[in-house]
Formats: sequence, structure tokens, C-alpha cells
Amino acid sequence: MRLLLREVLLSFRRTPLLSALSITAIAFSLFTVGLFGLVAINLRQALRGVEERVEIIAFVLHGTPTETITLASQDVAAFPEVREVSFVSEDEALARARKELVEFRDAYRDLQVNPLPASLEVRLKEGFRDSRHVQDVAERLKGFRFVEDVRYGRDWIARLDQLRNLTGLVGLLIGGAFAAVAVVIIGVTIRLTLLQRAREIAIMRVVGATNWFIRGPFLLDGALKGLLGGLLSLALCYASYMLFRDNIAGALAGMIFFGVDQMFLIVLFGLLLGLGGSLVSVGRHLRDVR
Amino acid sequence: MIRFHHVFKSYPNGAVALKDVSFQINKGEFVFLTGHSGAGKSTILKLLFGEQRPTGGEARVSNFLVNTLKPDDVPRLRRRLGIVFQDFRLLDGRTASENVAFALEVTGARADTMPARVMRVLTQVGLAAKARAYPRELSGGEQQRVAIARALVNDPPVLLADEPTGNLDERATRGVFQLLREINSGGTVVVMATHDLDLVRQTTYRTIELRDGGVVFDSADDAGAAGAT
Repeated sequence: MRLLLREVLLSFRRTPLLSALSITAIAFSLFTVGLFGLVAINLRQALRGVEERVEIIAFVLHGTPTETITLASQDVAAFPEVREVSFVSEDEALARARKELVEFRDAYRDLQVNPLPASLEVRLKEGFRDSRHVQDVAERLKGFRFVEDVRYGRDWIARLDQLRNLTGLVGLLIGGAFAAVAVVIIGVTIRLTLLQRAREIAIMRVVGATNWFIRGPFLLDGALKGLLGGLLSLALCYASYMLFRDNIAGALAGMIFFGVDQMFLIVLFGLLLGLGGSLVSVGRHLRDVR
Repeated sequence: MIRFHHVFKSYPNGAVALKDVSFQINKGEFVFLTGHSGAGKSTILKLLFGEQRPTGGEARVSNFLVNTLKPDDVPRLRRRLGIVFQDFRLLDGRTASENVAFALEVTGARADTMPARVMRVLTQVGLAAKARAYPRELSGGEQQRVAIARALVNDPPVLLADEPTGNLDERATRGVFQLLREINSGGTVVVMATHDLDLVRQTTYRTIELRDGGVVFDSADDAGAAGAT
């Protein structure tokens, strides 16, 4: 074990430039993935806030008896997706309109007859706020005979969903391309080290070293570079996160950073990239040179 | 200990390195492999330490069948062999004792027993005083002794030497050869490939002569044949 660590440290000392290059390559590939990841999680965060407000509004036919509505709203509240149902009477609707729509305050004040319908406002539980469930509940609400119309923001819910998925996908694609480059760079770096130490490796084999014994230091080397690259990418992500958060207030206020498990995944991914690059390189060398 | 039974070795490009080679080497023997360059001496050694596989016949080395050797078996075979080369193959950045210890480290030997084992073999090859010297500070003969010490440190029953005196002057050659004889007298099988016929003639050790990949003379057969007539 001590031998293994010594070998790894030696490789960093022998080829500092190449080591730095490998680490940077991994860091940048993961930085790209990380940036898109940040955008994706912040979009999701924003969506959650929006979804919180997702309401389905069922307008009630004028003249429907209150008891019917009360009974129906109990039924609706019993839907597994539904968190809360509230009844807004015609008068309440008018009062709210007067308060919220300042521009039309005068118009509403002069009204002789209340034109606004009563409605049931339905809020859904978390996890049921995607477009499919919303549509589902809306359909069921339409089934009530006293319901005149059902409104919900179906289109933009779906569009936000798509945007989030697209961001994730683009991030993965670009990040994946960078990751491939990083693997190649790590592989080449390790291959150079291997060639530099071909003589030593040949001697190791002659005196009976197992392939795993020979691989060990190189794999650890690659893994360590990957790990450092992963940590560096996190630092870069955090720096850009701070930059954005401090300079762009308002719309993006309340931006969030990765959770511990996500940070762990990024670093782990870096480690695997490094390990993969060195594994390919060492495997090829050991096959070529007996 | 070692048995070649109608061994053939050819390469994908059609070159034939060994043709129908058969011999057996028993415990305690010292055997010369002689012949011109390209006669097949090195090929036999490469088969012996599992670097190559025969393409025909059967090659056995201390309970290992080389034909079917798996990659995992190669290190196990090599730990039962000591191997010495013409070009010493020492690590320049390590002292004599570190070079010897390398063979122990690689096989995962216990760290606390290493210094004693290294000193024992360095003493055996007469280099105890130069344990801390780097290869560049040693003469050719001394470097080869370090290589021999490294080959011996795992107590192998067989020592393979590929032209061990090829790069040495006459005096160093005699010294290294004497050392190999001592090692053999301790019971270790020594197989030495050489084209130094003077060395071969000095002794009565068994000689297997190769030409164009075939055995043209084996003094063990000759003795048997002489006994028969």
C-alpha cells in the first residue's frame, strides 16, 4: 500500500504538466455538465414554486344550490391527487376582482348584476402537478353537471416541463462530449507515463508481478486525477453560481446550488472518468507488451 | 523440472523459431544452451518463463504446462524462476539493494523480512559492501551480480540466464560464471544460453546445441549413446 502511494505521488512529480492537463480536462468537462445541471435544478426549483400555485378552476353554473356544491367539493377533496378545494362564491369573486384588478375597479363598482360565476379552486398535492395529472383531474371536474367550464394552465405547464428536460439533455450531451475528450486526455497522459516506464514495467513482469500489481498505481493515479478534476469542477461551478447570484438579482433570486448527494455524484463521476481513462490505457499497454 | 516434448514454435509471419525440440532437465543440473544468434536459444528461454507459448508439442516447467498457461499463471510461474539477461535490466534510479528488494516488493513479501533477505543474497553474490551503490556506479560484472541477486532473492528452484556474460569482459565473465556454478552447487537448476564456447569447453556441464531452431547436439544423449557402444 505504501509502495502504491509512493508510485502515485512520483507520477505527479514526474509529469506535473501532464497531470495538471488531465485534471483540468476532467474539471472542464464536469464543469460543463455542472453548469447545465445548475440551470436544470434551478429551473426545477422555479417550477416547483410555480407548480405550488397550480390551480384548477371549475366555474359553477349560476343558480346551483349551495348544498350541491358543498357535497361535490367534498367528493373532489377525496380525489387522491387533491390537496385542497375551496369554494369561491359569486360575491367573493366580485370582491376579489375589485381588489386585484385595479384598472377595472370603476367598472365593477357600477355593476348592477354580478357577472362573475362562483367557482371551485382545486390545488393538487406535490407529485401530481404535472400536466398529465392536472388534465386528469380537470376531466373529472368537467363530469359534474353544475360545472360550466374548467380552466388550468395546461400549455405552459407542459412547456416548462419540456424546457427542464431539454436543459438536462443538452447539458448531458455537451458534457458527455467533453467527458469523452477528458477520457482520451487521461488515457494519453497515462500512456505517456507507461511508455516512460516501460522498462520498469518489463522488469516488474520478469520478477513475477501480477498485472493487477502493475495496474494498481496507474489506476490509482487516474482515479486521483479524476477526483481532483471533479473537486475542481465543483469549485468552478460554485464560483459561477456565486457570480450569477450576486449580479443577477430579481428573477433569479433564491437560486440554489447542488445538494450534497449531487456534489458527491459529480466528484464520483470525475473519479470514474479518470479510472476509465487509465484502465483503457494500461489494459492496452499490458496487452501489447508481454 | 523442465521438459520439452517435440516443441515447435512458429510466428504468424511464417518464421519458424523451434523445430521439434525435445529435452529434459532434472533437479540440480547445469545446462548450457549454445548456438549462433537466431538458433533458438532465446526462444527456448522465452517459452520457459512464459513470455511465449509453443505452437506445437508440450513444454513443462516445474509443474506448469506452458502451452495452456493463463495470464494469471505467468506471474506465479515467474516467481518460481530467477531470470538474468545480457543487459542486466536494473532500475537506474534505485540502489543495488533497492533493485533486489524490488523483486520482493512486487511479490508482496513481508516488509520486515526484506532487508535481511536482500542482504543475504547480496552477500552471496559478493556485493554486500556495495548495497547502496546505484547501477551507474557499478562495473558491468557488478551490475550483473546485482541482477543475479535479484533473481535469487525469491529462492527459485530454477535460474534462467540469457547470455549473462555477453556484455562483460573476460575477468567479469569468469566471476559471473563462477557465481552461477556456486548457485548450481546449492541445488538450483541453472539454464544458461551462451555463445561463448570457451566458457562451455572449460567445464563438463551438459550442453544442448541448437541450429536453425533444432537440437543438433545434446551431450546428455551423447553420453548415453557413448555408454551404449
